[in-house]
Amino acid sequence: MFSTSMSWHDLGFVLQGAGVTLAVTFWAILLGTVLGMLFGLIRAVSPWWIAAPLGVVLDVPRSVPLLIQLVIINSFKSIIGVNASPFVVSCVVLGIYASAYCSEIVRGGILAVPTTTRRAARSLGMTYWQDLKEIVFPMALRVMLPSWIGLTLGVMKDTALVLWIGIIELLRASQIIVTRIQEPLFVLTVAGLIYFAMSFPIARLGAWLEKRWQEND
Amino acid sequence: MIEIQDIHKSFGSLEVLKGVSLNVEKGEVVSVIGGSGSGKSTMLMCINGLEKIQRGRILVDGTDVHARNTDLNKLRRKIGIVFQQWNAFPHLTVLENVMLAPRKVLGRSRQDAEAVAVQRLTDVGLAEKLKVYPSKLSGGQQQRMAIARALAMEPDYMLFDEVTSALDPQLVGEVLDTLRMLSSKGMTMIVVTHEIAFAREVSDRVAFFHQGRIHEIGSPEHVIGNPQQPETIAFLKSVL
Amino acid sequence: MFSYTFHWRAAFQALPQMLAGAVVTLEIAVLSMIIGIVCGIFLALASGSHSKILRGAAAVWIETARNTPALLQIYMAYFGLGSLGIHINSFAALLAGIAFNNAGYLAETFRGGLRGVPETQARAARSLGMTAPQAFRIIVLPQMMRIVFYPLTNQMVWAVLMTSLGVIVGLDNDLTGVTQNLNVLTFRTFEFFTIAAGFYYVIAKIITLSARALGWRLFRY
Ligand SMILES: Nc1ncnc2c1ncn2[C@@H]1O[C@H](COP(=O)(O)OP(=O)(O)OP(=O)(O)O)[C@@H](O)[C@H]1O
Ligand SMILES: [Mg+2]
Repeated sequence: MFSTSMSWHDLGFVLQGAGVTLAVTFWAILLGTVLGMLFGLIRAVSPWWIAAPLGVVLDVPRSVPLLIQLVIINSFKSIIGVNASPFVVSCVVLGIYASAYCSEIVRGGILAVPTTTRRAARSLGMTYWQDLKEIVFPMALRVMLPSWIGLTLGVMKDTALVLWIGIIELLRASQIIVTRIQEPLFVLTVAGLIYFAMSFPIARLGAWLEKRWQEND
Repeated sequence: MIEIQDIHKSFGSLEVLKGVSLNVEKGEVVSVIGGSGSGKSTMLMCINGLEKIQRGRILVDGTDVHARNTDLNKLRRKIGIVFQQWNAFPHLTVLENVMLAPRKVLGRSRQDAEAVAVQRLTDVGLAEKLKVYPSKLSGGQQQRMAIARALAMEPDYMLFDEVTSALDPQLVGEVLDTLRMLSSKGMTMIVVTHEIAFAREVSDRVAFFHQGRIHEIGSPEHVIGNPQQPETIAFLKSVL
Repeated sequence: MFSYTFHWRAAFQALPQMLAGAVVTLEIAVLSMIIGIVCGIFLALASGSHSKILRGAAAVWIETARNTPALLQIYMAYFGLGSLGIHINSFAALLAGIAFNNAGYLAETFRGGLRGVPETQARAARSLGMTAPQAFRIIVLPQMMRIVFYPLTNQMVWAVLMTSLGVIVGLDNDLTGVTQNLNVLTFRTFEFFTIAAGFYYVIAKIITLSARALGWRLFRY
């Protein structure tokens, strides 16, 4: 039979790394969603001379490797003398990165609501903000959800890169075990399965929500 | 001449054609009417070998369509077919849509193919639209382009499958006019249609399809004007 | 304001070196796309085939590529293959990892492309007397190309960005690798990596803009 020198203790170490991965993902998505909603809304409803430059700025995090962004912000932090831990830097960089994608999702969702629907709402006497709050957001939310789930899963995978600035998350923890017991295939497969296991519930939650909303339509 | 001899056709366990026989002479126009799902489209597909049959034979000018050694691609050159959904090739202009098959299938030169295509497009009233992409055309125009595309192969037979069903009412007339022009030129045609008045006007014979069989067939005066079968009467009542 | 002084002049002197690194980066990206496209087409066909084994193998590839970090896939090539006795250098491992990742994503793209062209198009072509290969080549393929074109260029940008991971498995001649070398020598981290970011940004923009121009010319309809 198959045998491995990976001990339960090692597995615990890897799972601890998985906990760090989840924590970074959580904070990054939280920050990314809040900022992304704000930016996306501004881009959807403001005049072009605000929307266009903001779009250009938000395009930068999507056109530069995340690894480079991590290194730059990490060194910038030292330059301006802010005493932030690598964990905080990771969450902030990934959060800004996620907000760039999220703003695109929010903007797309809002623009996907047909003008006729909005006009109908306004013709019923709703104010601009009532229309946004009661009609546009609920409708846009449904369009946005699948992409937002996709973004969350994407950010979870991208957290692997924070190992470069010294954080021991899932992949780095696995690599440490690999170096010690020299069974890369097995340990990396375990790591891969843990990534799967963490993605699966999120993907299912998204599918479930989508289905429930469709039934209500 | 098209000879359809006792053909049977099933999709899995669903028998769609249950013994259809029909001869269409050169120059004849036969309309096919009947309820949804009665097998009209399926019969047209079988005539040019787009669908296989389980029993019976179809001869086109004496060639057995479903025989193993028949070159279907060659046979299809002389049978044009136009579908309910016009299936324009969206990535080609109107002119290219019509020129394509003469060039690639008949091996015509560019000039020859273009000359024929322009002629056919003029016939169907699209001379102004040569360089336009199909997405810029109305449904009626796209359908006329599909007819021109089939005609550019200079077929001996034309099969039409409810070519006006997907069109807005005000666009039906222009397509029917195109069919009228063809019949006046002596084209041999099988026309599946729900336009009963049109069928009565242009057809030499009308066939009423019911549950995978030709239930009643004869002159338009006979089948539409004075039907004998209760099913035909019921069907005509439902569509008029 | 702060005690740090920026040294841009020294950093700009390294531009030629970094440009050479950018060329290597593009090389890896292009190669990984070529391999990824070929494998992706096979994966798309395999996942639609009747063989259970082929379908299963394709599913494992596609799901692994899409649901685990690209870096893990590169580690698999770098450390994992080594334990099977196949030792490859960091360049090959990076290339293999990115190509594997590309193939998984592109397989989905190609599946969408196949689904996106209605069957009636091929049928209409056949009814005009075209052979099956003619119908595919002249009618179906060009329409598929339009559907997959933008996802393909997006993947190309992704491939460029993913090449930066090479430095983690020790690659030192691509753009990030060169930048890291300079960084280790001079400790001018911020300056060098900001310039590298500029390079990546320009490469990404050149790809998207030229793709847009090309797409605009190719797909007029
Ligand atoms: N490719 C197919 N696979 C399975 N069943 C099919 C297929 N094509 C047609 N059928 C079935 O065969 C029957 C006859 O279809 P056909 O399209 O020939 O009817 P029709 O007389 O043309 O009807 P309509 O007026 O609605 O076009 C229908 O029940 C249809 O569901
Ligand atoms: Mg039909």
